[in-house]
Amino acid sequence: MTETKDDLNRKLTPKERLAIERQQMPQRDGAERARDFNEVNLGLAEKIAIREAKRCLQCKNAKCIEGCPVNIDIPAFITKISEGDFLGAAAVIRKDNNLPAVTGRVCPQEVQCECRCLRCKSDSPVAIGWLERFVADYEMKHRTGKLEVTAAKTGKKVACIGSGPAGITCAGELAKMGHDVTIFEAFHKAGGVLVYGIPEFRLPKAIVQREIDNLQELGVKIETNVIVGRTLTIPQLFEEEGFDAVFIANGAGLPTFMNVPGENFKGVYSANEYLTRVNLMGAYQFPKFDTPVIKGNRVCVVGGGNTAMDAVRTSKRLGAAESTIVYRRALEQMPARVEEVHHAQEEGIRFEMLTAPVEVLGNGDGWVKGLRCIRMELGEPDESGRRRPVPVKGSEFNIECDLVIVAIGINANPLLTQATPGLKVNKWGYIEADENLMTSLPGVFAGGDIVRGAATVILAMGDGKTAARNIDKYLAGK
Amino acid sequence: MYQVVDKQTIGPNLTQYEIMAPRIARARKCGQFVIVRPFAHSERIPLTVADTNPGKGTITLIVQTVGKTTLEMSQIEKGGAFQDVAGPLGMPSHIEKFGTVVVIGGGLGTAVIYPQAIALKEVGNKIVTIIGARTKDLLIMQDLLAKLSDQLIMTTDDGSSGKKGLVTHALQELIDDPNSRVDAVYCAGPVIMMKAVAQVTKPHNIPTIVSLNPVMVDGTGMCGGCRVTVGGKTKFACVDGPEFDGHQVDYDELMDRLTTYKPQEKNSLDQFKSHTCKCGRH
Ligand SMILES: Cc1cc2nc3c(=O)[nH]c(=O)nc-3n(C[C@H](O)[C@H](O)[C@H](O)COP(=O)(O)OP(=O)(O)OC[C@H]3O[C@@H](n4cnc5c(N)ncnc54)[C@H](O)[C@@H]3O)c2cc1C
Ligand SMILES: Cc1cc2nc3c(=O)[nH]c(=O)nc-3n(C[C@H](O)[C@H](O)[C@H](O)COP(=O)(O)OP(=O)(O)OC[C@H]3O[C@@H](n4cnc5c(N)ncnc54)[C@H](O)[C@@H]3O)c2cc1C
Ligand code: SF4
Ligand code: SF4
Ligand code: FES
Repeated sequence: MTETKDDLNRKLTPKERLAIERQQMPQRDGAERARDFNEVNLGLAEKIAIREAKRCLQCKNAKCIEGCPVNIDIPAFITKISEGDFLGAAAVIRKDNNLPAVTGRVCPQEVQCECRCLRCKSDSPVAIGWLERFVADYEMKHRTGKLEVTAAKTGKKVACIGSGPAGITCAGELAKMGHDVTIFEAFHKAGGVLVYGIPEFRLPKAIVQREIDNLQELGVKIETNVIVGRTLTIPQLFEEEGFDAVFIANGAGLPTFMNVPGENFKGVYSANEYLTRVNLMGAYQFPKFDTPVIKGNRVCVVGGGNTAMDAVRTSKRLGAAESTIVYRRALEQMPARVEEVHHAQEEGIRFEMLTAPVEVLGNGDGWVKGLRCIRMELGEPDESGRRRPVPVKGSEFNIECDLVIVAIGINANPLLTQATPGLKVNKWGYIEADENLMTSLPGVFAGGDIVRGAATVILAMGDGKTAARNIDKYLAGK
Repeated sequence: MYQVVDKQTIGPNLTQYEIMAPRIARARKCGQFVIVRPFAHSERIPLTVADTNPGKGTITLIVQTVGKTTLEMSQIEKGGAFQDVAGPLGMPSHIEKFGTVVVIGGGLGTAVIYPQAIALKEVGNKIVTIIGARTKDLLIMQDLLAKLSDQLIMTTDDGSSGKKGLVTHALQELIDDPNSRVDAVYCAGPVIMMKAVAQVTKPHNIPTIVSLNPVMVDGTGMCGGCRVTVGGKTKFACVDGPEFDGHQVDYDELMDRLTTYKPQEKNSLDQFKSHTCKCGRH
């Protein structure tokens, strides 16, 4: 099908729409891209985006909207795309989502918006994520004029703790409502997991920086190097710094280790440490940047989530000859985004499925030389409904490697909560918040991973938005 | 940016910085440290807060030049600024009245034990300070410690000042001397020294607190790079420490982990030195 001006303006029949196949996202060749940190996906061309948009059946009862945690009006923005009105499409998305360039790239669409798409029944879903990304990138290039706050200044001060997606979203919303907002960030750079966790090849840092710049354009102040709980406490924010409300969005940053022998050998990293060294500290450019990282020739990454995929693909880019995912369940059970698993496969990552490490082996000189593992088989379903992996007796074997990266999940970091008297946490240390995201302390709200446990960017953003609405209400009533 | 209000050379390769950081100056307790990134391309390095002046809003750091970051940092002059200073981090020192406390600093560890000695003195302990170094020039802060301590013992490996020998010899003598008491020991310095001190006090069951110095990144418990084994359990030194019960620490593991980046550190330092020679004033 070739587009003409006529085609653009003509409304297609459902049959014609159904005849269009899902468009492909152009991406760089697996072997080539696995050697550098440039982005893997190249984005849709305008024509391709329009063609993909025309696949949308404009359902009356659009289930895709329910699949999106922030309920973007998906058919509406897709219609704008099909009409060639890309900035109009952006405006529709922006009503519900402040960071479309980010979510278009990192949302697990296959379990959210796209899995509810009606077209799943006939062939494959509309590429909602790719379209969202297309629109956001187009907007970035073509937007003119500055962001402005139109609401009258309220004179109320709000502190957001943490500059990940939850903190950024909340701060932006509150600023638009006329509040005076300051973000306090523990690291020297704002962005949370978007800058220290998710690598450049999946989410270019320039995109995150654009969003941070936008916030500053809206008048949000960002104070880095402030560790709330240490540099300042929450009571001090109210009593000494004059804040009227606080939003806690400090993420869940506490790495989990495997608790197997040998885990403290040199050459064993948590994924947090490995990715922080590489992404935030620029270790892949050592010695131009001073922070070193162990590169590894044969690398094992333990885990099956997005963090594991990011770590294993990073290790390949740092020059490893062989990079392997070691995961105790089956391939289909991995919680990582499907696209990341495909990309990892294309880049030559090995997958040792149904395998669990039992010991890290040392070389006698304090360095890792291998990972002793045991095979697993799938037993009865567990609470999560997934079949539980059980060890196969006597199936131990060794994988030779010189770097082990542990990516088996994160927990609540207690640094802030322990320094905040009266703040209720649950038995795992996550902050308890009510349906308005208010905590046990009046005027203190919380959202994102520190409330939900490790979740997703879009859920953290959704929390930021909900919190902003409720903080605004709270301040009005004060 | 964090302004360098004052800078002094206090010994060979030893620099004392006074940095403007009002919030840290106010919040900091004895035993805590900061993470400094002197330039935008630098590593994040942990440095103990040796002293504070909350009224003026400053903190004092005493830094030994050992590698690329600390060397490059030493080129920042008074009136200049550090890119990032974050803190205060770590648990404050455990301070209680024991009676007589022997405070031991080896080399740079002296900067770490100085604030502890002040705090221990304030709660009514008698302070016996032992400081040791390879040679006379490397002994630091003698005057300050002499004023503070009820007794100051200095040791050098080569006998160029004070007693010839190691701090552990001086400590053993104190323990063996029927006329003196040792109710607790606080110690900071090279890992090998802390290990030796703990070995001396262990048979006598003298409470011994050591200050550990693993490689750190964030300093907030987020990366696990600073993990040490204490009493058979993994601890994160940046949030659970940096001070621990000296009798429980796995020193060999710590010493080994500290060598992780040796080749990279050397490479980085060599490149930096050759670079400065080419474009410097030479
Ligand atoms: C490697 C990796 C890959 C991921 N990939 C995906 C993906 O593809 N798709 C997806 O949807 N999700 C992904 N996630 C999950 C997602 O990134 C998180 O769910 C999301 O970032 C949580 O947002 P947040 O705002 O709650 O916290 P975070 O993004 O964790 O941000 C918290 C911020 O608070 C700061 N902070 C912490 N403590 C303090 C304190 N005491 N004082 C001040 N500041 C503090 C931290 O430095 C940090 O900047 C990934 C996570 C990781 C680690
Ligand atoms: C809690 C704590 C408090 C400290 N207090 C002081 C202090 O008051 N004054 C002082 O001079 N030094 C102190 N140190 C040590 C100081 O952090 C290192 O000397 C410094 O990081 C060296 O950096 P470099 O680039 O100059 O040297 P490099 O050549 O990079 O390293 C030299 C040695 O320093 C150590 N080191 C390197 N990078 C780090 C890092 N990121 N974190 C920790 N150690 C590292 C390693 O043992 C390494 O072999 C402290 C360390 C810790 C953990
Ligand atoms: S925000 Fe995420 S879930 Fe919602 S439409 Fe966009 S890609 Fe889909
Ligand atoms: S469910 Fe699919 S086809 Fe229907 S409106 Fe949503 S994106 Fe379009
Ligand atoms: S320095 Fe990262 S956890 Fe201690």
